[in-house]
Amino acid sequence: MAPLEVVGSLGIVGYGLGAIGPGIGVGLIFASVIQGTARQPEARGAMMGTAWIGFAVTEALAIIGIALAFVFGFTGQP
Amino acid sequence: MSAAFSSLVPLETGGGFEAPGVHNFDLPPLFDALPWFDKYILMAAVSVILVIVFWVVMARKNNLVPTKGQFIGETAYFFVRNGIARDMIGHDFRRYLPFLIALFSFILVNNLWGVFPLTLVPTASHVGWAYGLALMVWVLYNGVGIAKHGVGGYLKHSTLPSGVPKAMWPIIIPLEFFSNIIVRPMTLSLRLFANMFAGHLLVLVFVLGGDFLLLHTDSIVNKLAGVVAWIFSMAIFGLEIFVQALQAFIFTVLTANYIASAAAEEH
Repeated sequence: MAPLEVVGSLGIVGYGLGAIGPGIGVGLIFASVIQGTARQPEARGAMMGTAWIGFAVTEALAIIGIALAFVFGFTGQP
Repeated sequence: MSAAFSSLVPLETGGGFEAPGVHNFDLPPLFDALPWFDKYILMAAVSVILVIVFWVVMARKNNLVPTKGQFIGETAYFFVRNGIARDMIGHDFRRYLPFLIALFSFILVNNLWGVFPLTLVPTASHVGWAYGLALMVWVLYNGVGIAKHGVGGYLKHSTLPSGVPKAMWPIIIPLEFFSNIIVRPMTLSLRLFANMFAGHLLVLVFVLGGDFLLLHTDSIVNKLAGVVAWIFSMAIFGLEIFVQALQAFIFTVLTANYIASAAAEEH
């Protein structure tokens, strides 16, 4: 008998891999916003507007990942 | 080995726990006589009434010195007007302001059903609602572009950025068409849907898992873990309120952005 058997959906593992890139991207966006706010606090409002759009576009990759994890995760299961 | 492992991980197979999944979102109809009338339709209808009543009441009595209620309405109005419409669309933003305000308040109320104690599921966690909203936005921004530039002019405007050399046209035109016409409504709807879906699923994992650990297992460690999971689900609800408001904001901002890019003049 195998010492440890992992059962479940491989789609979730794929989603975990797919979330790496958007995680780094969202981190870079808000790191830049924090730096920009520290250098020029009065420009914060203008930066946040652009940052939310960038955040939404970057986050879309992770969101498509979780949708596909459910799509592919349930095809192979009984 | 197997018994020791399953006692360490009581939620795995053998314990009788059924993990939450897609089936938790297929709600039965409220009345047997009306098979199409489920909880989502009820929530959407109530939210339409709430939004209309809120804005009619806010628009009716305007004093020079605002009362508390008027202050709330004016803050919400100016948030969408100045923070979203004017920043994104520019000088011609007044034409699209009613649509943006209706869209923002409708999505916000529908998302907040996810933390309202009597409903506890956001409307857009069923994907059809997000598809409908995105289809409406898609028709609107393409219609705005066609009305402004004509059919051929709009296709050229949206698929060909200015200053691209002719050798690149066979690559750029299909790419831009794919990105601007096909992918935009898909990501717009999937973003709203998947955020609501994943958020509700997260709450379900903590609440149902905590319920199973506390009430259906014998070990004292599991019962303690169940209590911690229930307490932590309250923190997840707090995160959900933030995500729901943020997604309503982002949906409206992206809609304004698409309208602005479709109606933009050539530079």
